[in-house]
Amino acid sequence: MSTPLRKSPGSRPGSRPAAAGPTALPRRLAELRGPDVPPRPLDARALAALAANPGCRRRALLDGAGVDKAALARALGAPAAFGQSQFAIARGNAFEARAKADGGTELVRLLHAALPEEDAGRPPEAVDTPDLSAAGPEGRTARTALALREATAAGRWALLDHPLLALTVAGTPAYLEPDAVVVHPDGSWTVVEIKSFALIDGAADAAKAGAAARQAAVYVLALEAVAERLPGPAPEDGRVRHQALLVCPKDFSNLPAAALLDLRKQRATTKRQLGRLTRVEEIAAALPPGASFAPDRPAAELTAAVEAVDAAYAPDCLAACELAFHCRDRARAAGDVRHLGRNVRSGLGGLTTIEEALAAAQGDHTSDGAADPAVAALRRAAALRAEALAAAAPAEGAGGCR
Amino acid sequence: MSLITSLARLEALRAGRARPLATVRHRHLADRPLVLVPLTTAGETGAPLGALVGTDRDAPRLLTVPQPRDRALRFAFLAELAEAVLPYVEEYADVTVTEERKETDPATGRRTTVAAELCADAPQLLVPGPAAVEYVRLLGRSMRFRRTAEEDPAADWPAPPRVPLLGRWLTHFGERAHLPGSALLLSTTELLSRHWATGQSHLEDQHLGALLAWIDPPEGSTGPEAARRAELARDADGLLLHPPAGPATDPAFDNKLLAPAIARYDQARTAVLETGRGHAALRAADTTIRTLLLSQLRPTWDAVWRGVDLLRALPEGASVADRWKRDRWSYTGHRDRLRAGEPPQPRRDDAVTAARKLAARETAQARLDAQEALDDPLVMAGRRLAGEAFAGEVAEVVMAHSEAKVPRPRPLVTVRTDDAPLLEEGARVHRVLADGRSQPAEFVAAGPAGLTVRLTGGMGRGKVPDEGTVPAPGDRVCWTLFEHAPRGGPELPEPEHTPWTHGGPPGGGAEEPDPVTSEDLL
Repeated sequence: MSTPLRKSPGSRPGSRPAAAGPTALPRRLAELRGPDVPPRPLDARALAALAANPGCRRRALLDGAGVDKAALARALGAPAAFGQSQFAIARGNAFEARAKADGGTELVRLLHAALPEEDAGRPPEAVDTPDLSAAGPEGRTARTALALREATAAGRWALLDHPLLALTVAGTPAYLEPDAVVVHPDGSWTVVEIKSFALIDGAADAAKAGAAARQAAVYVLALEAVAERLPGPAPEDGRVRHQALLVCPKDFSNLPAAALLDLRKQRATTKRQLGRLTRVEEIAAALPPGASFAPDRPAAELTAAVEAVDAAYAPDCLAACELAFHCRDRARAAGDVRHLGRNVRSGLGGLTTIEEALAAAQGDHTSDGAADPAVAALRRAAALRAEALAAAAPAEGAGGCR
Repeated sequence: MSLITSLARLEALRAGRARPLATVRHRHLADRPLVLVPLTTAGETGAPLGALVGTDRDAPRLLTVPQPRDRALRFAFLAELAEAVLPYVEEYADVTVTEERKETDPATGRRTTVAAELCADAPQLLVPGPAAVEYVRLLGRSMRFRRTAEEDPAADWPAPPRVPLLGRWLTHFGERAHLPGSALLLSTTELLSRHWATGQSHLEDQHLGALLAWIDPPEGSTGPEAARRAELARDADGLLLHPPAGPATDPAFDNKLLAPAIARYDQARTAVLETGRGHAALRAADTTIRTLLLSQLRPTWDAVWRGVDLLRALPEGASVADRWKRDRWSYTGHRDRLRAGEPPQPRRDDAVTAARKLAARETAQARLDAQEALDDPLVMAGRRLAGEAFAGEVAEVVMAHSEAKVPRPRPLVTVRTDDAPLLEEGARVHRVLADGRSQPAEFVAAGPAGLTVRLTGGMGRGKVPDEGTVPAPGDRVCWTLFEHAPRGGPELPEPEHTPWTHGGPPGGGAEEPDPVTSEDLL
């Protein structure tokens, strides 16, 4: 599957010669998106979110087809609450520009300082910054691959500013743009993530650093695909280093500070999860003919199309998926216990709906529920809870066990 | 999450409003707490945007930063915040009572009783959510290493007086908030979700408006409807009707209203600096920003106070005063460190301090778990379900004695119960006596009549057990497998006696202030 989904700007969907085989899928996906709707590129953030919930076929299909989920959610009447403040964007851009100032030497110096001495190589004096501009995403990925090959052969420090990498996910290619990739003199590569949250006393917010690590892991996987095609033997520990450099503002200033992020776990998890994703063409083939996610379709038709693909909603989706409010509404309407959280769900055994669980708790199950340990535990919990609430009803301050 | 909590969530879904998770209030709530609702600038760490602060729900004090990237304006905000917070924090410092406490004499190593000063009450800070607790810590960190002009006359950017002091207090409050059961700095969402279960996930409970909607839905509405409105309802301009509780603002608010207002302020200020005229326009621009920020802060301010009302309606748990006393000790201790002129809390704890903190938190967690269960039958129900306690009616009491030279009473008590505790023979169990003491016993056997335990103490010194220390058949008793007053592990040695392998001396010197960048703007 090497036919890219995202075409260079200006090329319209379906402008390629229509043939059976590999091009059938892009055409089908373009139909799903709707005519004249440009595909949204899959970025590392979306891939990381997808890897966090690999059971969600709905997300896999919509992301794979490049559907604009935010527009779709608006059309469904459950708009996402995402958005970014222009203050944050301005700050992020200003900080990245500052961190990459002076031709990247400062950035490479930060990396050199963060590495253990025996691994750091010689200190950077001059840093190569190859030109990566080219037309279209295919051109840019090819240019990036060429620049990586040349920089690796040169045996000097090199900084690739915003390279473009391709990664095949669930049968469709995704283009990824890391903030930077550094080529070491020994020929190994390091992913650089520049973030605008602060590194205070050497520690960053755990949730944000974790998100950065998952993103960087996606870049590592994409770089590994490039490294495989490189001629010559790879270095002993692999071409792509499994540690990314996280560059953040130091304390409350705008000076860059850096720390190494270990990505081995995130890389392994993401690789496994992305490999497990059902191939997009299989999901697309299961759709009823004529189904489409074009935002200009009537809401009822869109709802039917979205419902035709299974979702695996969990409350975590609210922070990661534009369609989450829609899925949440459906899960609530269906009485699915999963919308209360994974921990609630896991305590209830085979009981998957609210009605089932409440009926089991009340003991008015006609079937012999007591044999099911989950039902027995739930009944016991209900009895204990009712007893405690009844004991507290006269409300005398001190509890019943004192 | 225990099954009993999950069940409460299911019940809440069916009822359409929150269901109780506790029958008493498990945290101290001051008569006059200081409520602080902070807002921060998106993308700028520690660049406050505004705050509402005060002890009077009808008259909050509004503090704003018209251009958050300007250091001078940020310092002005922090100075004003110090003016608003420090008098409240310090007014408890001078009213003290004398308490006896046990201390280890460093010379002899014996435990002796000494009289110590304890503040009669302590300040309490209330913020909307856990993110605001973190923000209080962050503000504390950003201020405590600053130097005032008095401390360092050569400083390029001296901090206003009292700002470093506020930083040290906020750091103390933020640190203390990590201790389970402490109440010096509390987040309203955590308080409310400790006491009520809603029909939504724990993640969604972080939204103060939605949480309140479940607990106390407005007339004619149900919890889920009201919560959905609180979460998502937007006006015609796409702005949230219920602004987020902060400290982060709604991006739509930032982009549509705040950014143009700040741009107008910048313009007006440039005009004033260049021409010396246009003060009225500058004031107008400042007022606009204040009005905008107030519109975002006030709903959260009111929500925090509504939460306070709901929590006050619950009777206080019996052990809450004990935990609050520990908070008072903590407050008194920090007051003493400040008076002794000790340097600010370090950037990172050394190994000894970190070990002590972790041990203290573990002990506090165990104590909190035990106390909450004893105070509240609903919490105890969860422990019984988990097999950590059992309750029932006494079926039979058989008098028995130990085989020592002087036989001691060791009565066997059989309890009829449906609970299934995880007991092994000889396991120690505990119960509360009428006078509040804890009575130990050991598990003997499970029989057809119930579970039999042998009382091993708490019956006085005589041959015959004291009145009321042995239950009679028909009494209801509740035995726990956990101790009622758990102690931490063995005491750690003093820092100077800790070997260097464990992070003992030599200690580092005093911390340097944060370096100041030459740029005026962040």
